[in-house]
Amino acid sequence: MKFASLIVANLLRRKLRTGLTLVSVTVAFILYAYLSAIRVGLSQGVDVAGADRMLVWHAVSLAQPLPLSYLDRIKRIPGVDLVVHQSWFGGIYQNPRNFFAQMPVDPEPFLRMYPEFLLPEAQKQAWLRTRTGAIAGRATAERFGWKVGDRIPLQTGIWTKQDGSMTWEFDLVGIFDGAKQGTDTTPFYFRYDYFDETRRIGKGLVGWYVVRVTDPDLAPQVARAINEEFANSSAEVKAESEKAFLQGWAKQVGDIGTILTAILTAVFFTILLVAGNTMAQSVRERTEELGVLKAVGFTHEQVLGLVLVESCLLSGLGAAVGLGIGRVLTAAGDPTGGALPVFFFPPRDMVLGAGLGVLLGLASGALPAWQAMRLRVADALRRG
Amino acid sequence: MKPAAGDSSSALVQVRGVEKYYQRGTERVHVLEELDLEVKRGEFLALMGPSGSGKSTLLNLIGGLDRPSRGSVTVAGERMERLDERGLAAWRARHIGFVFQFYNLLPALTAARNVELPLLLTLLGRADRRRRVELALSIVGLGHRLKHHPAQLSGGEQQRVGIARAIVTDPTLLLCDEPTGDLDRTSGEAVLDLLHTLCRQHGKTIIMVTHDPHASARADRTVFLYKGRIVDAIPA
Repeated sequence: MKFASLIVANLLRRKLRTGLTLVSVTVAFILYAYLSAIRVGLSQGVDVAGADRMLVWHAVSLAQPLPLSYLDRIKRIPGVDLVVHQSWFGGIYQNPRNFFAQMPVDPEPFLRMYPEFLLPEAQKQAWLRTRTGAIAGRATAERFGWKVGDRIPLQTGIWTKQDGSMTWEFDLVGIFDGAKQGTDTTPFYFRYDYFDETRRIGKGLVGWYVVRVTDPDLAPQVARAINEEFANSSAEVKAESEKAFLQGWAKQVGDIGTILTAILTAVFFTILLVAGNTMAQSVRERTEELGVLKAVGFTHEQVLGLVLVESCLLSGLGAAVGLGIGRVLTAAGDPTGGALPVFFFPPRDMVLGAGLGVLLGLASGALPAWQAMRLRVADALRRG
Repeated sequence: MKPAAGDSSSALVQVRGVEKYYQRGTERVHVLEELDLEVKRGEFLALMGPSGSGKSTLLNLIGGLDRPSRGSVTVAGERMERLDERGLAAWRARHIGFVFQFYNLLPALTAARNVELPLLLTLLGRADRRRRVELALSIVGLGHRLKHHPAQLSGGEQQRVGIARAIVTDPTLLLCDEPTGDLDRTSGEAVLDLLHTLCRQHGKTIIMVTHDPHASARADRTVFLYKGRIVDAIPA
């Protein structure tokens, strides 16, 4: 602590250079925060997927429907606690760019399946009472300025109504929030019974099933049993955990982790050069002063420590400011208007970022610190 | 060669048979040769000689900034060749105060912070350190310049801050490398007065390298170095 004034004074001796380096490090960490949030967004909340939930879909493709009759057969399989179905609606609200997911579901078991969707009891009851009722996630409701009681029209190119119309109208009876950070609050759910009765084609079919198991450890056996139950039928199924499903979905975009790691490596390598250059210049300018420190009794190791702490302080400060700004910016939510419904900077990545800041400081200060340590006093004073 | 000063019992500094050479390719360049010197406790010694005569090298050896190629240097009973790098650093912090020709103050620090530097290596608390810094700066007549940065001080004042930094730990020995070399006559005189006072009134042992006969005249004794050896007088 008593060396603090010495370290700070050294950092401030070239304010512009220190400031520019600080800004570079800060920008790198803002980028890091954004890329972390994008990774979360592209992996669609893999981290918050339910460990006890699995998805069952047509073995050929998710686009192929399954019979509603599978529901009871899946329910009877040992280890299955709850089963719900969902279907893709693919409607458009006002403009094709206003994308958000819409799915018909069976309200009561659906809300039991997803306890992370927080819906006030009165709104839940309203949904159960209203056949044309629908609920929307907070993010979508805020995006379009919806409030309970609004009538929401959706155009669809898939589901023609009995009367030949392609416009479906729903009564917004509830708006749900997410129980945890990362819960997707962009979807829009409405009642399957209304949907199935009103549509002209595809009656008695659903998109996929979501199954909750009694014990997450049983998931592999239950998945196997479900696959076997429908083997050799006209609609064979594939069952896997929600997490694995979301990971597979995310990988359709590419190996996001590798892409982001490559970008971040390039960014941090550049910043390492910038910060390392700053420290090297700073130490080179202070050769004589380092000689004086050693002359008055500072050991080689203490001089090494001073340079490293200075370097870590510079990087650490840049990292802290960058992570802080990144946190604030990402807290504003999805910047794409719907493409990344789950968009946040995870605390785990924040801690990792702090570690990266220290690591950057150590790496950028290592060589100058080593040179400062090896400096011979007589040579340093002569060079001055 | 006989010691330049006798009575080894009271000698604070003993230099015995010291050689210093540097290897430059296949050539060995001798800077000091078979050198013996003793400096008594409380003595003010001037080292004179032309450039390249080995004055600063000798000062560095006595101050533990460099090691002799051969021979021994003993200061305050400690043989320096027996100390490792860390031990040498601790020894310097305890026993030696350096005053440099170009002051060598850290420009980013105030006068007080510069003077405090050697104290950071001690166990003294903040208040004690501050008290000592104020005392050292008041001894050199700069008690009112605590918060000034080097750039805000004249050359003479900067050198006095340098002297305050050298004496703040109350060292056994002050080593001054041309302390007036960068100063005008008046400022140089003030610095010499100060060194004289430190020797006479505070009992400090001082070894001062200088080119200036006027400065050496203020010392108790002058030793002449020529081509790495002690001589009676510098050849014309």
